[in-house]
Amino acid sequence: MTSLDLLSPGARARLVSIGGERAFRCRLMELGLLPGTPVRLVRKADLGGVLELEVRGCRLTVRHGEARSLAVVPLEG
Amino acid sequence: MSTLPPTPAGRVARIALAGNPNTGKTTLFNRLTGLSAKVGNYPGVTVESESGTLRLAAAGEVELADVPGTYSLTARSAEEQLAIAAICGLPPVERPDLVLLVVDATQLTRNLYLALQVIETGVPVVVALNMWDMLPGIGLEIDAAALAHELGVPVVPISAQHGQGIEPLRAALARALAEPASAQPGPRWVPDSPQLRADIASVASALPAAWKVEDPRRREALALWALLSLDEKDELTGAPQALRDVVLARRGAASSAGRELDAEIIRGRYEWIDGRAPRFLRQRAQVATSRTDKVDRVLLHPVFGFSVFLLAMGLVFQSLFSWADPAIGAIESVVGWFKELVVARLPEGLVADFVGDALIEGVGSVVVFLPQIVLLFLFIGLMEDSGYMARVAFLMDRLMKAIGLHGRAFVPMMSGFACAVPAILATRTMERQRDRMLTMLVVPLMTCSARLPVYSLLIAALFPPSELFGFVPVQGLLMVGMYLFSTVVALAVAAVLGRTLFKGPSVPLLLEMPPYRMPDLRSVAAMVWRKSRVFLTEAGTVILACTVVMWGLLSFPHDAESEARFDARASELALSGADEAALAELDHERAAAALEHSFGGRLGRAIEPAIEPLGFDWKIGVGLLGAFAAREVFVSTMGVVYGMGGDVDDQTTGLRQRIQQEARVDGAPVYTPLVGLALMVFFALACQCMSTIAVVKRETRSWRWPVFLFVYTGALAWLCAFAVYQGGLALGLG
Repeated sequence: MTSLDLLSPGARARLVSIGGERAFRCRLMELGLLPGTPVRLVRKADLGGVLELEVRGCRLTVRHGEARSLAVVPLEG
Repeated sequence: MSTLPPTPAGRVARIALAGNPNTGKTTLFNRLTGLSAKVGNYPGVTVESESGTLRLAAAGEVELADVPGTYSLTARSAEEQLAIAAICGLPPVERPDLVLLVVDATQLTRNLYLALQVIETGVPVVVALNMWDMLPGIGLEIDAAALAHELGVPVVPISAQHGQGIEPLRAALARALAEPASAQPGPRWVPDSPQLRADIASVASALPAAWKVEDPRRREALALWALLSLDEKDELTGAPQALRDVVLARRGAASSAGRELDAEIIRGRYEWIDGRAPRFLRQRAQVATSRTDKVDRVLLHPVFGFSVFLLAMGLVFQSLFSWADPAIGAIESVVGWFKELVVARLPEGLVADFVGDALIEGVGSVVVFLPQIVLLFLFIGLMEDSGYMARVAFLMDRLMKAIGLHGRAFVPMMSGFACAVPAILATRTMERQRDRMLTMLVVPLMTCSARLPVYSLLIAALFPPSELFGFVPVQGLLMVGMYLFSTVVALAVAAVLGRTLFKGPSVPLLLEMPPYRMPDLRSVAAMVWRKSRVFLTEAGTVILACTVVMWGLLSFPHDAESEARFDARASELALSGADEAALAELDHERAAAALEHSFGGRLGRAIEPAIEPLGFDWKIGVGLLGAFAAREVFVSTMGVVYGMGGDVDDQTTGLRQRIQQEARVDGAPVYTPLVGLALMVFFALACQCMSTIAVVKRETRSWRWPVFLFVYTGALAWLCAFAVYQGGLALGLG
């Protein structure tokens, strides 16, 4: 198990749990990012300090610090 | 036109248009309503509401009201609360007869989450399945009939951009209005866990009667809404304490029993969606790399991406700064021509002065903003519609976050270098009120183009051309310095205000990166048209009123005695056969005397003690007052004050010389380079621009913030000019 910000771009993983504030957790879950959902890290913007991920065919961005509170299990391929 | 179907109050039927952001909702709205849309305002919050007339062959004219785009009805802020209010008809928003829900077919499951919530509330729903034409390209297939069967509401595949499916959609809307029951299937996902049912029942019993909760389904939907929305830190309005207490108690109890209420509800809906998806959604082929991915590889690249970004921003800035100029010049000449035409037909005197200098010039001073507003909103519309604006926020997030601003604040801040008026209007692109307010309050500090004539006059008059270290021109250096100074102050003020007055809960950045799409030009044009109209009618009237007041201040009262003296001198001169130049000279003297005698002139004298510590005399005080109409007016006001007439600009050599020669009673020059610097610093910071004040008033819907803006920038300007002047004196630079 690792956290989302430690994945390398292109890697797939399954979400295990979401930490952080309740509002943040709710918002992510309502966007379809529930524990058990597969996610893919699309890219990291080093200058912007932001990560882009793909969930349910949608692209979302989260900040590095918040991505740290997303626990994931890396998936093969 | 008939207004069928008759609704309970006998009014025109109302349809609320809802959907996730980036689903083409605005494009559909524009397609359905054309240019009939009006911009209004939601009660209590500074969020614009747009509504227009929709013609349905069978049902006549109905009203279509746009609901702000949202991923869910769950709310934390007063602005997010608008979605539930507009869909359920919570006070003070009226209940719609029907909800037209736009669903992005290419991102179906996430969009269905909102659909489930809306259907739960018991309002009749018609689903427009937009982007239908894009499904083959991404290898997806949707069975619209099967989806309609599962949701229990009409589903119409459309392409808002290409105008496909619009007629079937109109027909479906008319049918659903005529037979609401056919679009009210009742909740799709029904919570079955006994504990959750008990939570819902307990919260439902605490809902306020004002929310009209007689219907058990509506009651249950609002209870679920309250369970997800209310917490210790929400900023919602209208939720009674009793309801809050019940929600918090229930959530606390569930949590100690090892349950997570939020997850139970959200997971329940998604399990319903995912469980049924195979019946209507098929992935036919895995598309290797989408077009958006290929484009983003370049546009979000650390090097290329930033180059393209700088290029795009340079283009926007250049257009505001120089491409708008010919149009502005044309407007000014037309206004000047019209003024001459009208004034020539009026008897000389007060009426002609009022119509010409106050009314016509006033209207001109409003219209002159249009070229920049149109250009800026054209670019914003193209960037929003194409999906590039989300990338701008992505690229700028770290920088803007450091000073407490949203990534989207970048475009308004940059536009502020051209003019604060369109820049403040552009703060609309930010969702949160806090972000908008903060940006609006610092944008006027950026060096706008109206400050340039003032800087250029003062620099040319007081700082003779010379080189620093033998090659750096001092005049250019000063100009660059003024830009840097204003930018640094604006960023510092943003950082301070963001940590004090606008210290909100920090909202985690959760942006969607929509796929790149071809912008819909009709939609962008309609948006530009609405923005311009709102500016002219709402901000424009305030600006016009201010122009009239300024004119009054600088023209009244008349001094009959001095007028008579000037008349006598004029006839004397005419009799003695003096030349034109001498007569013009006398006219300028007369204007200077009239200005000195006016309220403005007296006010200039009255404030002299306040500006003396900055090194300014009363004449500069009058100039500062005149500059409130628009900063560049400072130059012509100084021309009048110094008896040279108002027809001067920053290139006029006579005015420059006059400034160099102007002396105090004791013979010391008024303008030293140090005074010039203090004056420029004052101009850099003070928000002495009535158009900016008027626009902030219109955007915040109150006088509180424009007054705050005026006072804080004024205080800051005074303090900095004081520090420069007195500090300079202490260092012996006077």
